[in-house]
Amino acid sequence: MADLGAPAQPKPSSSVKLVLLGEAAVGKSSLVMRFVNNDFQENKEPTIGAAFLTQKCNLPTRTIKFEIWDTAGQERFASLAPMYYRNAQAALVVYDITKPSSLTKAQHWVAELQRQASPGIVIALVGNKFDLASPSGGEGVDDVDAAPAAEGETNEDEESIDARRVPTKTAKAYADEESLLFFETSAKTGMNVAEVFTAIANAIPETSLKGPRGVGGQTNLGRQEDARVNLTGGRTEGPKEGCAC
Amino acid sequence: MSDTEPRASETTPNNPPTPPKKSDPIEQRDFANPTINIIQSASRKASTSDLSSISRESTPPPLPPRPKNLGLLDSRPSTSHSTAPARPQLVSKATTQLSYSDTNTYNNETQSDSHSSGASRPKNYFGLNFGSRNTSDVEDYASMRSFAPTEVGIGDAESMIGELGGDREKSLLRSLGHRFEDQESESMFPPDPQFEEAFKHEFDDIPDMEADGSNEESVMLQWRGKLKHFLILSSAGKPIYSRHGDDQLITNYIGVVQTIISFYQSANDTLRGFTAGDVRFVVISKGPLNLVAITRLPESESQLRTQLDALYMQILSTLTLPSMERMFATRANYDLRRPLQGTETLLSALADGFTRGSPSTLLSALECLKLRKSHRHIINNTLLKTRSENLLYGLIVASGKLVSVVRPKKHSLHPGDLHLIFNMLFEAGSVKAGGGENWIPLCLPGFNNTGYLYMYVSFLNLEHPTKQMQERPQSRSGDGDEVAILLISANKEGFFEMQSMRNMLVEQLQINGSIALIRDAVKKGRPRCTDIVPGTPLRHFLYKSRGNVQFVMPGFEPAFADSIERRRLMNLYGKLHVQLHGKPTSLKIHHETSTTYISLAWTTPLFELYCVAPGTTSRAALAQAANKVIQWVRMEEERVFIIGGAVF
Ligand SMILES: Nc1nc2c(ncn2[C@@H]2O[C@H](COP(=O)(O)OP(=O)(O)O)[C@@H](O)[C@H]2O)c(=O)[nH]1
Ligand SMILES: [Mg+2]
Repeated sequence: MADLGAPAQPKPSSSVKLVLLGEAAVGKSSLVMRFVNNDFQENKEPTIGAAFLTQKCNLPTRTIKFEIWDTAGQERFASLAPMYYRNAQAALVVYDITKPSSLTKAQHWVAELQRQASPGIVIALVGNKFDLASPSGGEGVDDVDAAPAAEGETNEDEESIDARRVPTKTAKAYADEESLLFFETSAKTGMNVAEVFTAIANAIPETSLKGPRGVGGQTNLGRQEDARVNLTGGRTEGPKEGCAC
Repeated sequence: MSDTEPRASETTPNNPPTPPKKSDPIEQRDFANPTINIIQSASRKASTSDLSSISRESTPPPLPPRPKNLGLLDSRPSTSHSTAPARPQLVSKATTQLSYSDTNTYNNETQSDSHSSGASRPKNYFGLNFGSRNTSDVEDYASMRSFAPTEVGIGDAESMIGELGGDREKSLLRSLGHRFEDQESESMFPPDPQFEEAFKHEFDDIPDMEADGSNEESVMLQWRGKLKHFLILSSAGKPIYSRHGDDQLITNYIGVVQTIISFYQSANDTLRGFTAGDVRFVVISKGPLNLVAITRLPESESQLRTQLDALYMQILSTLTLPSMERMFATRANYDLRRPLQGTETLLSALADGFTRGSPSTLLSALECLKLRKSHRHIINNTLLKTRSENLLYGLIVASGKLVSVVRPKKHSLHPGDLHLIFNMLFEAGSVKAGGGENWIPLCLPGFNNTGYLYMYVSFLNLEHPTKQMQERPQSRSGDGDEVAILLISANKEGFFEMQSMRNMLVEQLQINGSIALIRDAVKKGRPRCTDIVPGTPLRHFLYKSRGNVQFVMPGFEPAFADSIERRRLMNLYGKLHVQLHGKPTSLKIHHETSTTYISLAWTTPLFELYCVAPGTTSRAALAQAANKVIQWVRMEEERVFIIGGAVF
């Protein structure tokens, strides 16, 4: 489904193992579903175990095939997580902008990845459910208005439009400190979803790219590197460029 | 049918009191002392019918008011197709078996327009002319009285009325026999608006309680309106799971239930269950857990226990027994909801399956996709040929029906384990909705309740089997064509190994034509009764092969197409099942009859058969139809059941 604009001459393609981590119900599966199927489901049932999906992403000079592990966020699966991130080249650590505790959980995941995952792993911190924030609050990085709301629990029962509890700048500051990619997304509206994956694709060090068939466990680095991509601008805003979504 | 007999007594001020036979005290004794069952079963057998179709006199007729002095009139259904929420237990009482079959035979003969002389009432009885209808009712009443067998006449007046009601319905039906014959899709059961209404909302979510309590009353009302509740709590009284209602709502109930359970425990007695009004409670205690079913559906204690056992198995499947015990060992009031997080949907899918009525659970058996023996053989061999080193069990499943299994010689598959897996894949949306391939750690308690296995799941796109299926139908409506490959391994790192086995397997199945065969079989669906035995009066049946622990049944359509009709059919099967399995004596053959249907349950060392036909069918015709089904199964045995399977 991905290869809509595929040129006659196939572009070099490489596969990227990507894992999604984060508290239950922050929207990991929804982000994947948006990315893979361009679909969204309200009241999605929780993931059980882990789901493995693939999706191609066309960059100008090559095709990236994402091999995605969407894990369940529940505690009891925590001990299985290393199995999924062990060989991953990229991780999407997701929190819910309406739930501060989910950012804390995300920070734990980031720490664990930095300790245990492959050293070159590209990590993106993703604040999901952006659609629940009010249009005025929190869109910008310096978002003063959202801050008070973040602390106030009183909002909960009001007819408040702004459910944001994690100010953009808080998360952004943390992401910068840890050298993470950072995005706020909405799986519901699709906002920034393709961008996250494209940015990751662009940020993967080329030395860690390998052929699409290297699905096994081993990290079998740098097999077909002909197609060089300029990765210096890694964190491009890359709006939908070529991504099949 | 009778759905919730007890309920009738609750809300029927102007009905005759329930006759002694059916009264609650007896139900209670069922729990208190199983031996009562013997007596009951025996007497039921003798009397042809049963607790089965208790009427819902409680139901206010939606149509014009009728004289209240005749309680039986109130029980008259307002729709024409159903003759009456009769009180079949009364019917049976009044009628000897002989007279029954006479009637039935007669009915069969008079399926055409001519109707029986016994049916003295005007033929236009169901013409909805209520004025004249009442008149004729009175006439009926009068004329029927003289029909009433004398021995019954000795009984109290109210049961007499009941008798009359029943007989009258019967003859009404007689006059309408052809109608029932013609209109296959018409209800096999008397209408029961109250039950229908309750059932329609059974699966609706209960809204959260407002903080200010403003909607408390309506929330409570909705909660109480549920026909069925499942509660799971720890032995320390902490809520773990409730099918309906949030914590706030159920706290009080949990408290009450907990108090009752510990009251019994302190008396060194274990509470098994009790009946209160129209509600039946059943409790099972499993180590640190108490599981409670509260039902207004006509289900037996042992059926409810089976259901609670399945919920318990689901919990073990998530946690394993030792780890659950460890959790409680460290802290008696451990909150089990945390480790269970995300599996509520699995528990609820199971619970709802029971509430909708699950033949598989009732029979503790599996259903298979019907395939030619040689075709299944090819599939089995393909599984064996592509079997990967760390594979423990390999299964191909088409929407809950087993297509093929490969397993080690020394391990068979426990039907309870398979039920959990099928529930997860085909009832709960979790795996389905996720897309892609799945790798699911799970404990199969029937296999080994102490450790995890890992299950690779991939749904097949039957049209393009080699393509990965990214998107699957989200609704249950698409469930006829979901085919999944399940590869179970003890190796938690085995995903890619299983994935490559799957790829080989699917490729081979496609080359040897099996995918096409599976697709055709899936598309064909379950046969209708009349496909199985042309001209059969049967509307549905369940046949369980005891040796294979598998069952076969026709489709629910057309007679039981909607979920309410299906539930009622399952109510009937449930009752028949009780008759065959009620301890300690079990019947070999049991009939159950109402004005609208006649049914049969039959058990031998080889099989159990349950079947149902319209009330106009004679016993002889029913027996003959049952025999035909058995002949059919015998002929098709190696197609409808998996015998042996692929073993390595
Ligand atoms: N409003 C809103 N809801 C979302 C969004 N993403 C996910 N959800 C909802 O949040 C719930 C949990 O989503 P899910 O993808 O299952 O979370 P996961 O457990 O992290 O995989 C579901 O009910 C989704 O419909 C989003 O961007 N906006
Ligand atoms: Mg998920």
